Amino acid sequence: MANKEFITVDGIPVPIEGEANLLEVIRKAGIKLPTFCYHSELSVYGACRMCMVENEWGGLDAACSTPPRAGMKIKTNTERLRRYRRNILELIIANHCNDCTTCKNNLRCKLQDLAMRYNIDGVRFPNTSGNARPKDESSDSISMDPSKCILCGDCVRVCHEVQNVGAIDFAFRGSKMSISTAFGKPLAESPCVGCGQCVAICPTGALVVKNHITPVWKAVDNPELKTTVQIAPAVRVAVGKELGVRDGENVMGKIVAALRLMGFDEVYDTSLSADLTVMEESAEFLERLEKGENLPLITSCCPGWIKYCENKHPELLSNVSSCKSPMQMFAALLKDRAKKNGEKMFHVAIMPCTAKKSEATREEFATDGCPDVDAVITTNGLIRMIKESGIMFDDLEPEAVDMPFGTISGAGVIFGVTGGVTEAVLRRVAATKTRAALLSVANKGQRGMEGIKEFDLEYGEKTLRIAVVSGLANAEKVIKRVKSGEHFDFIEVMACPGGCINGAGQPYIMHEERCERVKGLYEADRLLSVRCSDDNPVISELYENVIGDRAHELLHVHYKKK
Amino acid sequence: MHENFDFSVTDRILADHKCAQQLIIAILQDIQEHYRYLPREVFPYLAEKLDMSEARIYSVATFYENFSLEPKGKYVIKICDGTACHVRHSLPILERFRQELGLSENKHTTDDLNFTVETVSCLGACGLAPVIMVNDDVYSAMTPEKASELIKKLKEELANA
Ligand code: SF4
Ligand code: SF4
Ligand code: FES
Ligand code: FES
Repeated sequence: MANKEFITVDGIPVPIEGEANLLEVIRKAGIKLPTFCYHSELSVYGACRMCMVENEWGGLDAACSTPPRAGMKIKTNTERLRRYRRNILELIIANHCNDCTTCKNNLRCKLQDLAMRYNIDGVRFPNTSGNARPKDESSDSISMDPSKCILCGDCVRVCHEVQNVGAIDFAFRGSKMSISTAFGKPLAESPCVGCGQCVAICPTGALVVKNHITPVWKAVDNPELKTTVQIAPAVRVAVGKELGVRDGENVMGKIVAALRLMGFDEVYDTSLSADLTVMEESAEFLERLEKGENLPLITSCCPGWIKYCENKHPELLSNVSSCKSPMQMFAALLKDRAKKNGEKMFHVAIMPCTAKKSEATREEFATDGCPDVDAVITTNGLIRMIKESGIMFDDLEPEAVDMPFGTISGAGVIFGVTGGVTEAVLRRVAATKTRAALLSVANKGQRGMEGIKEFDLEYGEKTLRIAVVSGLANAEKVIKRVKSGEHFDFIEVMACPGGCINGAGQPYIMHEERCERVKGLYEADRLLSVRCSDDNPVISELYENVIGDRAHELLHVHYKKK
Repeated sequence: MHENFDFSVTDRILADHKCAQQLIIAILQDIQEHYRYLPREVFPYLAEKLDMSEARIYSVATFYENFSLEPKGKYVIKICDGTACHVRHSLPILERFRQELGLSENKHTTDDLNFTVETVSCLGACGLAPVIMVNDDVYSAMTPEKASELIKKLKEELANA
């Protein structure tokens, strides 16, 4: 096109195509500038100065916060820039606790990565990280080590802009500046919902997920304990890269095989209890529709959202479904069976989620003082355990999960992605379940990575208004509309943008790379012979022989205003 | 929330500023003017009324030297230790004030909440160095002796009040 505008990057012309900043234009030239504080989904902060480029007059511009202008001539790799970047890195490292070998973020750290890239082999300044505030281990989900913080502010902006929680912010200034809750209170006493999005984005080991692997190994080694494990839908498409398979590939069978090799006695799929959630939640929804009360029904599977609702909108708790999350439903069933059989059981849940770690410790989910879920391991934790065991993951032959909970439906599998719960419920309440009907349900508007999706659904005589949201800041927008009187019948909320596939317990992927995992889950759904929860024979079996009239006790919970 | 705290002052200040988030600094200034510091109780209250996070308000309050999270004395004595005042011996003056009042580098306010002693960097009156301020009044060409006299005078004022 003749009228295109160009920027010259290291001598090569690159077109400007609506990018908001130089950095994005430069990326198109195949050059990845070093960054700490730039993320396309967050506001621009421009503080780390790693992304500096040299302009034609020899001046330096931070590419992330400079708008592209036609005719600019910039250089990205000059001796001056390299020296500059090394200086910044040295200053950061001088203020950083450098215990890399024992850091939970070892080999996933952006600071390590850039120190390597820029040949840092010594630091000229004395180390001052000892002055940092002590670690905060108060949360069940995440821990914070200020001595590793480089003050990029990514966590502050995620917590604020994406999650609307604002549990943490900068405090003080200059050399005393730190990331802190209000009055430096422990995270557990702050409004933090444990979503872990700050951990996912933190370039260093300053924010990490709590690790519960040790008690799990202990339980596996204990011959007197029966160890059972459930695997959440989103996990199967995310162990990818780190274990030598493609991100997005469904490796459920290999995970099952790996867990058996590690010594777990019984391996299950959380998709099964997701089917139970669908059954219970659909029934609840239809009942509320009939009575016209407590609408909209708001989903309850996401513990980050539950905590947020308790903190900010306790008056909406009666709208939240009384269904336990699939994880807690499964755990309740297993622990109930163990009790009946007089077995001692240790139950592990493998989750994409950090908030699940806090959910498992809630008093609502304990039987006789013991938590139903004994330990929650994240996807990253699972990857560690597989590596620790020395298992050659890509050589494993896939295996199936154990009976009697062996059959799952596609509806349960898609719980892992935003819109999945909604689609599963729609399949359940759909009058016919032909292939054509399911295809039409798939295209109602619940799929896709947008943060807020809304659509109308003809249902019998009624038109239902449905919203699917992910990211708590998006949830807040919809909640505000509900509070100002707008009518919705059903709202699905997931705290993590895009749903569980982007949970903070999963290996971190860039915003742009998320569709592979989504594809993986929808493909798994299509390949299952049972697509609707109510067609799952195990479910009817369970209702008949196990749950009976105890659905309330086993599958429901009432979150109370505090 | 804190049932024993009277929020009517905060409410009035919020109303004066139309409950506008972007006026947070002015709101905090007014609150500090009334209480002579920022009481901890107002933070969650402001957070709710202004629809912003408590952590962010704390961030603003700790960013500016002028805000204090600790109660301050009736008389806030600011001793300038900017370059001009420093070379004209501001430190002995500071020392004298601390001595007179039993304060130190780590303890800025007397237990009876009558006096606070702190340092500032340049009051913008270098020609009058060394300079101090007591609340809104400026005292120029200070000496340790003048400092002792001033304290005596202020204590009398307190006694007669
Ligand atoms: S876990 Fe979530 S809510 Fe808590 S501080 Fe991090 S981003 Fe904020
Ligand atoms: S905790 Fe991590 S994300 Fe937050 S400012 Fe520090 S280094 Fe950046
Ligand atoms: S990435 Fe541009 S300043 Fe940090
Ligand atoms: S240095 Fe004290 S007034 Fe300027």
